[in-house]
Amino acid sequence: MARPQTRPLSPHLTIWKWGPHMALSILHRATGVGLAVVGALGLVWWLTAAASGAEYYAFFLKQATSWYGYVVMIGITWAFFQHMFSGLRHFVLDIGAGYELKTNKSWSLVVPVLSIFTTAAIWLSIFSGKL
Amino acid sequence: MGSGTGIGRVRGLGSAKSGTHHWINQRVTAVGNLLLVLWLIISILQLPALDYVAVTTWLAKSWVAVPMMLMIVSVFYHLRLGLQVVVEDYVHEDGTKFATFLLLNFYAIGGAALGIFAIAKIAFTGAAS
Ligand code: HEM
Repeated sequence: MARPQTRPLSPHLTIWKWGPHMALSILHRATGVGLAVVGALGLVWWLTAAASGAEYYAFFLKQATSWYGYVVMIGITWAFFQHMFSGLRHFVLDIGAGYELKTNKSWSLVVPVLSIFTTAAIWLSIFSGKL
Repeated sequence: MGSGTGIGRVRGLGSAKSGTHHWINQRVTAVGNLLLVLWLIISILQLPALDYVAVTTWLAKSWVAVPMMLMIVSVFYHLRLGLQVVVEDYVHEDGTKFATFLLLNFYAIGGAALGIFAIAKIAFTGAAS
């Protein structure tokens, strides 16, 4: 199908001034893809390891509790809460609320604070032995 | 289909008719993920230990195995819908797009089946002895 070359395009990335809502939008995508690949594979690996017997599960635990295991798990925790709080923001926008410039900007700034705070709270309490 | 005016090119095409369904299901599974993944995180944090015996004994309980299976379905359905949109945004060549969707479907259905089978195996063959 021949398309005329002069179809109007919407202004793209290069033309907008960066704002927190844009960073949040691309983070929602990045964390979604991260969870979908690393998170989902990790989850299935954990379950199949538990179904494979004590010996293999011990091997899994050794990987999970190595330094790179912790890096991945902390990363996944942050990605989940970032995506979750950002997803809740999506629900608000979906009902047509929160589009006023100031409101939109404040919530965009609150989401990363909440995700970092929750991730830190969980892992600090794990490492300090409170859990 | 005409190739001249704008209206001539779109007339009769309409939408693909499945966009709303996709959008709603993305939200439904998002709520599923919200409840079930938070349940998993809170449960894991409350387990006394995460060794083989503790984890398999816990997973074998029906009120753990069932929500866990539901979580697998919700997560893989949600990521199947989500990654589809990402692919549609960046992969434009028809052949490559077809192949990518094929892989995505294999990944989502295969991954979910593997997870559910692992849970069922632990639940039905009994926890670690
Ligand atoms: C934990 C497992 C989860 C995975 C693997 C996951 C994965 C994804 C992926 C890959 C996308 C597509 C991103 C894009 O189009 O840019 C997406 C979109 C979305 N996710 Fe999740 N997600 C998860 C949990 C959640 C939760 C808990 C919520 C809600 C609180 C949520 C809300 C959403 C929403 C609303 C969208 C659609 C965004 C849009 O329409 O642009 N997700 N998710």
